[in-house]
Amino acid sequence: MTDYDAVIIGAGHNGLICGAYLAKAGKQVLVVDGRDQPGGCASTRELAAGFHISDCAQWLYQFDDDIVRDLGLQAAGLTVGRAKHTVALQSDGDHLSIDGDLLRGAGIEAKDQAAYPLFRQQMNVFAKLMLKLYRGRAPKLVEANWTDRLTLMKLGLGLKLMGKGNMQDLMRLVLINIYDVMNENFDHQGLKAALALDAITGTGMGPRSPNTVFTYLHRALGHQLQASGVVQVMGGMGALGESLKSAAEASGATVRMGCRVEQIVKEGDRVCGVVLADGSTVPTKAVVSSADPTTTFADLLGYQHLETGMARRVAQYRTRSGTAKLHLALSGLPTVTGLDNDALSQRLVIAPSMESIELAWNPIKYAECGHHHIFDISIPSIEDPSLAPNGQHVLTALIHYLPYEPQGGWDAHRQTVLDNLIEQLEAYAPGLKAQIVASELLVPPDFEAAYGMKGGNWHHGELSIDQALMMRPFPGSSQYSTAVPGLFLCGAGAHPGGSLMGLPGRNAAREILKQGVLA
Amino acid sequence: MITSPRETMLLTTPFHSRVAAMCPINEWGNWMGYTTPNAYFDVELEYFAIRSTTGVFDLSPMNKYRISGPDAEAYLNRMLTRNISKLGIDRVCYAVWCNDAGSMLDDGTIFRLGEQDFRLCSYQRADDWLQWCALGFNVTIDNESEDIAGLAVQGPTSCTVLTLLGCTGLDQLKPFGIAHFTFEGAPMMVSRTGFTGDLGYEVWVAPEQAEALWDQLFECGRDYLIKPIGGHALDLARIEAGFLQAHVDFVPAEESVRPGRTRSPLELGLEWLVDFSKPLFNGRLALLEEKARGSRYRFAMLDIEGNKPAEHSFILKGDKVVGTVTSAAWCPTVKSNLAYAQIEAPHGNVGDVLTAEIYYQRELHWTRLMAPCTVIDGPLFNPQRRRQTPAPAL
Amino acid sequence: MKQYDAIVIGAGHNGLTNGAYLAKAGLNVAVLERNPYIGGATVSRELHKGWYYSNCSYVSSLLRPEITRDLELPRHGLQVVPFGGGTTFMRNGDHFHNFADHDRLYREMARHSKRDANAYDRYAADTSLQTKLIRPYLMRTPPDPTSMKPRDLADLLEFARSFMALGEEKLLDTIKFWTGSVGDYLDQYFETDVIKAHIAGSGIIGTALGVYSPGTAYVLLHHYMGDVDGNVGAWGFARGGMGAIANSLSKALQSYGGEIICDADVDEIIVRNGRAKGVALKDGTEYRADIVVSNLDPKRTFLDITNPKDLPEDVLKKARNFKIRGSSGKLNIALDGLPTFNGIDPRSRMMGGEMHFSDTMARQERAYDDWKNGTWSKDPYLDMLIPSMTDPTMAPPGKHMMSVFVQYAPPKIDGREWTDEDKDGFEKSVLDQISNYSPNFRDLILHCETRTPREIEAEVGLTEGNIFMGELTFDQLLFNRPFPGYSQYRAPIKGMYMCSSGTHPGGGVMAAPGANAAREILSDLKRPNTVPGGYADD
Repeated sequence: MTDYDAVIIGAGHNGLICGAYLAKAGKQVLVVDGRDQPGGCASTRELAAGFHISDCAQWLYQFDDDIVRDLGLQAAGLTVGRAKHTVALQSDGDHLSIDGDLLRGAGIEAKDQAAYPLFRQQMNVFAKLMLKLYRGRAPKLVEANWTDRLTLMKLGLGLKLMGKGNMQDLMRLVLINIYDVMNENFDHQGLKAALALDAITGTGMGPRSPNTVFTYLHRALGHQLQASGVVQVMGGMGALGESLKSAAEASGATVRMGCRVEQIVKEGDRVCGVVLADGSTVPTKAVVSSADPTTTFADLLGYQHLETGMARRVAQYRTRSGTAKLHLALSGLPTVTGLDNDALSQRLVIAPSMESIELAWNPIKYAECGHHHIFDISIPSIEDPSLAPNGQHVLTALIHYLPYEPQGGWDAHRQTVLDNLIEQLEAYAPGLKAQIVASELLVPPDFEAAYGMKGGNWHHGELSIDQALMMRPFPGSSQYSTAVPGLFLCGAGAHPGGSLMGLPGRNAAREILKQGVLA
Repeated sequence: MITSPRETMLLTTPFHSRVAAMCPINEWGNWMGYTTPNAYFDVELEYFAIRSTTGVFDLSPMNKYRISGPDAEAYLNRMLTRNISKLGIDRVCYAVWCNDAGSMLDDGTIFRLGEQDFRLCSYQRADDWLQWCALGFNVTIDNESEDIAGLAVQGPTSCTVLTLLGCTGLDQLKPFGIAHFTFEGAPMMVSRTGFTGDLGYEVWVAPEQAEALWDQLFECGRDYLIKPIGGHALDLARIEAGFLQAHVDFVPAEESVRPGRTRSPLELGLEWLVDFSKPLFNGRLALLEEKARGSRYRFAMLDIEGNKPAEHSFILKGDKVVGTVTSAAWCPTVKSNLAYAQIEAPHGNVGDVLTAEIYYQRELHWTRLMAPCTVIDGPLFNPQRRRQTPAPAL
Repeated sequence: MKQYDAIVIGAGHNGLTNGAYLAKAGLNVAVLERNPYIGGATVSRELHKGWYYSNCSYVSSLLRPEITRDLELPRHGLQVVPFGGGTTFMRNGDHFHNFADHDRLYREMARHSKRDANAYDRYAADTSLQTKLIRPYLMRTPPDPTSMKPRDLADLLEFARSFMALGEEKLLDTIKFWTGSVGDYLDQYFETDVIKAHIAGSGIIGTALGVYSPGTAYVLLHHYMGDVDGNVGAWGFARGGMGAIANSLSKALQSYGGEIICDADVDEIIVRNGRAKGVALKDGTEYRADIVVSNLDPKRTFLDITNPKDLPEDVLKKARNFKIRGSSGKLNIALDGLPTFNGIDPRSRMMGGEMHFSDTMARQERAYDDWKNGTWSKDPYLDMLIPSMTDPTMAPPGKHMMSVFVQYAPPKIDGREWTDEDKDGFEKSVLDQISNYSPNFRDLILHCETRTPREIEAEVGLTEGNIFMGELTFDQLLFNRPFPGYSQYRAPIKGMYMCSSGTHPGGGVMAAPGANAAREILSDLKRPNTVPGGYADD
């Protein structure tokens, strides 16, 4: 058996990216994953014969273009669709379209139309500053070395350069909620809700929760990273995983699918290898985990191999999630009142008002399922007919919010909730029910089971400001290394966090190389 | 349901009726939420009972935790700085435990009662930390503080007295050993341990046996001048013997507020309790780093000229304050003026001569005394009988 | 037209403090008050013959001891008596007593969970660390991070240094604390619902946020950072009700030659050539002064009594966006005798402490959901006290006065004004909850004064009835209070200042905003400072 410089746990996008960058630097890298398909949450699955769905993530909107370029992902087979705009469905059929700076329909007034580009402009100013933090390791504040001090100085300079007005606004906005910010800027219910949705996606928070402007900026930063806007991946999200695998292999990394890492092996103070499902042990200089922090530390390494304070940090790391997913195989293209085929191929959201989002959030605080939900819908088969049999379609929707474990368990609720969700969709797309060939509802425990994300949290741990930046995943384990020598994090549980972004993987690779642990 | 205020009043120990009856001066204190005597009749006489006959101290309020299960040994090895695998069954050891930063949380004694069965006896409560430590271990933690009554029986005649009580062969028990006896048909555990630095034992029984144990012990010990001792006398003995106390000589790290106030075992002179050959224990990496970098403080035992106890004194090197005293007493047996101090490194090496700034008051008149003092190598009181086996009989 | 050196608008505790310090410095000061009585929300009123109500603020802890001592408030009649502790009643008939005595609290907690009782020491240490960080900044003007002035840079550096001294992990924990929710914070220490719920109450009082809303950990701190005689976190009663604080401040003010003018409802601040020149009252009276200090909340200050043409656009926008949500109501009840409570000995000292009836944080969160839905909490969080158990001047002998603070009550019901029926419904939800634990309580009620945000706003002039004159969230704290760029008590008009709880360090009967503002005014006038600095914390 070959000795590897680094073993990367998980062939999700971050694991593969980290592996590719390490391999490009000439390191011997093994990426291992228990699933058969690469990509982790970027995955495609056959829902019913001939119907293919993006099983977990469905949109790409902040995938760093630099990574696409560095790793030659296009040559490796990645094709993305055209940039989509967001269509916020309104109950009266007069829908709101948000396309770049342009707002159309739904009786949007001149005041909002004028305010929107200004709002985006300011958010972009803030996002650019945030990007300085996102593109590198989050600086330490007290034990800062020169790299960290430089980051902090750049940040300070960036703050000054954005002007006093912007800086004052940022000081006020950074910990505030998206609800207030929307109300301060806009009047249109549908517009406010559609924008607020970006702030709460994948978090366990509602629009009125403070700190949701931060999560809004997290997403708005996508415009800086990925010039193309919200897109779908042709062939389904799994194609992203496939292309990353090819790229990693082309860089010289070995990618082994279908072989779970059972255990991270520690000898003395250092992590020195992994045990695979086949019982073999792979020795290595560094184990780099793209699994979420809880899985990495509690399950793979084991609390008993951590010092108690660190174990407590792991146990206290919050992984609540309220995101579920609805998958439909449809015999034909659904009819949504007021939308033509092109509009149907865009990103469709159902979020009537910010209050409705908040009301949809309330029940999960008490482990209840609620009656009204928020939808973030994709019908990818319009742009990519290969995903469904001829003339037929697939629809996937992110659902906010459903609890991790309702009282009585999911078995008692799953069908009722699924029926209710379809009923809610039917109100916008009459006749949809009759078109359904197959349907399923995936809830947080399903994601946990399929993708190993603790709590089913897509961000590998709540992305709230107190678990972000230099606090991610927790004090004592930041900057991709952990309190355990030889063990590194490169997944969404590391800075800068979740979404298909690729930065944790790339930043981790750079940091590991810089530390020289693989030398 | 009206909660009786009794539920939240100071508790009494299983020995209370007997303790109260023997406490004519009625001077009580609050120890760990229990009504306990600071003194029974005269602190100095009580102290001398420990050193020349037998002193009996009710240590029931000590916190006792039962740690059992397949991972009990591994659990303790991760929590404590000592290697607990070296501890045999029916043996006891003194140990300390730290947080990840290598700062002291507390110290205590570990009793190995079986292969997978331990008791931790500590001055501070530790429920929260013990539970956090249990993550990932197949181990059960039970707080059995109220289920066990304990007496410390300490002093040169203690072995004799306990033998008369029925602890046959106790003289063969080595220091830090455990022996099991029967008292009135119920189990009685005796360990050769204590907080006095003298020959002595700790006797552990169920609370139901407590009063009978007290009565018979004092009956057996009458001719050997057995005396009850209170908290003040014990404190004097422990200073003389070189034992540290949480909240006096160090601040438990998880209760510390101000930055920099915690201390590591290295800074408290307890490096002998740290087994760096163990692959993992709480604080290991931080302590290794501290060892490489050097400690900020040094624990020093000071022999101070004169007879004025250096309580709360500043310690100076020349004109510069280099430390403060945490515990101090005039020690009657060794006839020395002892103090523990935390001294800023690099000061405080054995043999260093420093100055203690002592304030004392007589008839409302304060005197400031600049007393020379010498850093000594370990406690002055360390009698042969403490270590001898068989234990000397009177 | 009378000429003064300085006019302070609003004779609440901050206005009086501000006026007192200006007068002490030799200025000719008038404090104007709209109501016929002084005190604002720091007031005792006799609304039922023989019963005195602290009918807005009701307990004291935050009042800065430096000011109490410096203005000789005890000599002017102020006595603050700690009440020590509190109780949360549980639905299962049990309760949790929060004893002030540490050992007794341990034993009470241990009744519920030994682990929690032990973890409390860790909780207390970690929370003390946070109070130690913030306390030195209470009697100081916050530095402006956007400024390049040497004073701001020096202050910022000092601020940064005190945080850096914590070390990396504790600093990050501090950031986590400041950005986190009280619910998540308490979950890190405790396992018992009632213990968490008891403590969490301090994270939501007066705040339009739920226990699991980020930012509420700070609100907890805001209720912990005060002290009674050095006991940080302790609360007490002002003897004679909270009006005693205002009354002693007014006597201090008058002792320095200051003047109080009641029934003086300010219509507008007079500005000439960009300088404040005085105020005009609604009745047409004008008072002239080169210094005008507003003790009204930032919204009223800039949107009601200042002419918009005198203000820069950004301030108008910031004032409009200022978060000042009403979220609380109050019941003040005259009782014919002492009610009994299930499970509590009527002779128990705990009858004099706070009482709460929310035994889980989930119930508190649901109470917040009602507020978000535009209605009062059907199962509200109550902070209930019987001050007459501690202070015999509040009610006739054998009779009692009860103060019930209610969280949550929205400023508007479903977007419309409160009606009397709404108010009755609100009152009923509170009385019902208390009656569940006190069988004879209802029969003892002689008079019940119910105050929704509507009444609080109308009477005291707190916009939306917000007791803190602005939410205590980070976007409105420290150098952000009331707005970024305006945290140093100066309004954008020369000669105009702010001194209300809407400025740093914020709400509660603290008097620090009034004092800090006076220090800035005197510095602008190049007069010797009369305002004390903060006591150094140990």
